[in-house]
Amino acid sequence: MDILYKIFVEPFVFMGEAPDLLLQTLWEGLVSGVLYALIALGFVLIFKASGVFNFAQGIMVVFSALILVGLHEKGVPALLALILAVGAMLLLAVTVERVVLRPLVNQPDIILFMATFGLTYFLIGLGELIFGGNPKEMITGALLLPHGTTEVEMFGGLVRFQHLDIAAAVIASIMIGVLAVFFSKTRIGRALRAVADSHKAALSVGISLNQIWVIVWFASGIVALVAGIMWGARSGVSFSLQIIALKALPVLILGGFTSIPGAIVGGLIVGVGEKLGEFYWGPLVGGGVETWLAYVIALLFLLYRPQGLFGEKIIERI
Amino acid sequence: MLYREAGQFKSTYPADMAIFPLREDRIGIAVIVVAAYALAFVGSGFLLQAVLIPFLVFSLAAIGLNILTGYAGLLSLGTGAFMGVGAYACYKLMTAFPGVNVIVWIFASGFFSAAIGALFGLPSLRIKGFYLAVATLAAQFFLQWCFIRIPWLVNYNVSGALDAPLRTFFGIPIIGATATPQTRYLVVLTIVILLTWIASNLVHGRIGRAWIAIRDMDLAAELMGIRPLQTKLLAFAVSSYYCGVAGALLVFFWYGGAEYDVFNINQSFFILFMVIIGGLGSLIGSFFGAALIFIMPIVLGIVIPAILSPFGLSVGADVIEHLRFMIVGALIIFFLIVEPHGLARLWQIGKQKLLVWPFPY
Amino acid sequence: MRAPDNPVAAKGDVLLAVDNVSLGFGGVKALSDVSFDIRKGEIRAIIGPNGAGKTSMLNCINGFYYPTEGRITFKGVKRPKMRPYEAARGGIARTFQNVALFKSMSTLDNIMAGRSLKMKANFFWQLFRHGPAMTEEVEHRRLVEEIIDFLEIQHIRRIPVGRLPYGLQKRVELGRALAMEPDLLLLDEPMAGMNLEEKEDMSRFILEVNQQFGTTIALIEHDMGVVMDLSDRVVVLEYGRKIADGTPDMVKRDQRVIDAYLGVAH
Repeated sequence: MDILYKIFVEPFVFMGEAPDLLLQTLWEGLVSGVLYALIALGFVLIFKASGVFNFAQGIMVVFSALILVGLHEKGVPALLALILAVGAMLLLAVTVERVVLRPLVNQPDIILFMATFGLTYFLIGLGELIFGGNPKEMITGALLLPHGTTEVEMFGGLVRFQHLDIAAAVIASIMIGVLAVFFSKTRIGRALRAVADSHKAALSVGISLNQIWVIVWFASGIVALVAGIMWGARSGVSFSLQIIALKALPVLILGGFTSIPGAIVGGLIVGVGEKLGEFYWGPLVGGGVETWLAYVIALLFLLYRPQGLFGEKIIERI
Repeated sequence: MLYREAGQFKSTYPADMAIFPLREDRIGIAVIVVAAYALAFVGSGFLLQAVLIPFLVFSLAAIGLNILTGYAGLLSLGTGAFMGVGAYACYKLMTAFPGVNVIVWIFASGFFSAAIGALFGLPSLRIKGFYLAVATLAAQFFLQWCFIRIPWLVNYNVSGALDAPLRTFFGIPIIGATATPQTRYLVVLTIVILLTWIASNLVHGRIGRAWIAIRDMDLAAELMGIRPLQTKLLAFAVSSYYCGVAGALLVFFWYGGAEYDVFNINQSFFILFMVIIGGLGSLIGSFFGAALIFIMPIVLGIVIPAILSPFGLSVGADVIEHLRFMIVGALIIFFLIVEPHGLARLWQIGKQKLLVWPFPY
Repeated sequence: MRAPDNPVAAKGDVLLAVDNVSLGFGGVKALSDVSFDIRKGEIRAIIGPNGAGKTSMLNCINGFYYPTEGRITFKGVKRPKMRPYEAARGGIARTFQNVALFKSMSTLDNIMAGRSLKMKANFFWQLFRHGPAMTEEVEHRRLVEEIIDFLEIQHIRRIPVGRLPYGLQKRVELGRALAMEPDLLLLDEPMAGMNLEEKEDMSRFILEVNQQFGTTIALIEHDMGVVMDLSDRVVVLEYGRKIADGTPDMVKRDQRVIDAYLGVAH
């Protein structure tokens, strides 16, 4: 009885008692949710255009951030370092298309998925080799990102909004908006959707698969860079960031693998859900719930709706 | 000339259905087994401790994952956690009942992994493909959290790590600081040979066929009377059993103890790489994959300094580790491009060519 | 090879009856109010233009789709829906339009897989491939070899079926279905993509299965020559509805069928 009370009643009572804490938790969940959505977006881009689930998206986040910070450490001015980092992601996109995607063009999706595992580990090794394994600080000041905090008195307590978080949420939302428009309104966006539907059909109308893939991997690379800057600013740039990127998987499950609005909704659900879960229910079990809660939520969700919130219903024909 | 099928006629079905129908193959296997045992007396302590014992342990785990992902087609990223369940179960059993022979507990601990594996395999009826992989990630992270947060698992010891208390087998120490590499190697070798034989039996019989059927075309399999849920759960259970035993062997016969971080997601990935490179759906591939992925960095660790030292350059162990990640990653991509069926297929092709050698076909 | 399963139902009794079955997917109605029966021991052809719902009908019979309306009665048991396992256990086997073989397995293993329902040796013996497990494997292997002899596919026994030409794949698939020792065999376009010689072989096999083993057969086929020669009775579907039902001669002369499907000789 006592346990049931602890699980189903107490946390809500606590929420009601200290609404300022609730708001704080919700805000933090929102921010990390938007950032998860951004990472998930990188996955969605590539999946929509090539049917490949790019497991390496996570390491691309770290890698791009490392290039930025590493260059800056060597004395390159921030703006130039940013441009070079973008260039590096273009180079990565071209290389991946050449070395990984082209040779595997007709293989089943699961093979391509596994190839991205290989890519991930390769980039982890390369990144550690070039930049070392120590965590680095993101160059927020040099990038003109705001710092400081605004404290607002609300609900009888203080709620803190870090300016960086606000900036992160705004920037991520803008990126998401830009990408959504890009996909639906531009010629290239249309071509991307065609390729996602059928490689052969797209080829037969003259769409260059190779070009499209480079474009889409480059776009994902930029998304990864932005995500890397934002996450790195909040938690430092290190290889553990790559594990955070694995969190994008539950986001994608909730939101569907091909839906941009789905990635956003999924990201918010995971972000807020995690933070609420950790803060209000975590103490019951000794904390650290954030490491697995998102996956378990995704798992329960899959049992009920195997195609995710926004995914297409899978009808199998024989 | 050396390897010939001609002249070996089978006049009974059992003879035709033997797993190694060719006499040459049977001789080959016998030679390998004998040589493996001989190595216990001939090989150096370093070879046994740092190369052969872990190679065998990882091969066993790879066999486990191969059963699930290779034969039954269910992609799993939770291997590390299932290994961990076996290790912790073994620890609890052997510390709670120190009088019982620890070998019994090693085999018993696999059943705990099997149960947990089957539990996390339940979603597999509704969820397919890489959605299922995400479900197994839930298992990986949740179980890893359990390893850290449940102090009862490590008998409340302060460090939070597993240790390897002294255990003997007919008076000879096999676990603990006094156990020699030779004895530990012999125990591990015997266990791995036994379990490999059993896996081979399963895979060649009705259950193996059911797994492959579910993998290749689960709808048709169901319409033939193969029950998907039972078949998939059995795959999870058997696979996790093997991973669990491998986990117990890893902690108690190789490392001699373990931090909670041993059974993390990287472990899951490395075993998966072993299975992919070795060959999905091939028991011998599991050994090849383990050899390549595990032994290669050790070789690198010896070869690279050897190459560089005449030039006065040296590389640290961490650089070797980074190179290992890079090479493993590149190898995965290379193999997927060149031979998606892995080393096992290359081995098969090699044997086919050997069958007709010295003629080209 | 097969002892009669149900001595009560003599040839001529209804083995399977489809009553007012409708099937819809979203907005598409694949079947509308279709009723017919299949008598024990006969060869029943189901014909019609593409999209008529023939494969959907077979899918309902064997439990892959659940009808939205209507009932299927098999061996006297009425069911609103048949589960695949129940269909298999009840003695319904099937081949598919697009050859649903286990591509990585050999011919032998594919047909052995068809024996799955009959293999009971428990897990413990499977672990050691000894005792009851081995005896069972050998016994079933013997039966499978009889099927292989019957279908004249000895030479491709060990070849992974993915590598076989289409015509042989269809034959292996027939073998796998036969391995289930079915009472009702559903064949979905078994002659598709075959040349004349292959069609003659396949026709011969189908007739022998029906006459020698007494297996009831429901057959979807587009080759009218085959249909007329092989079948005892024919059901004609068009746009999900039944438009004719009778002997091949009757159906051949039915005006609706000629308009919908057969066409007029010029």
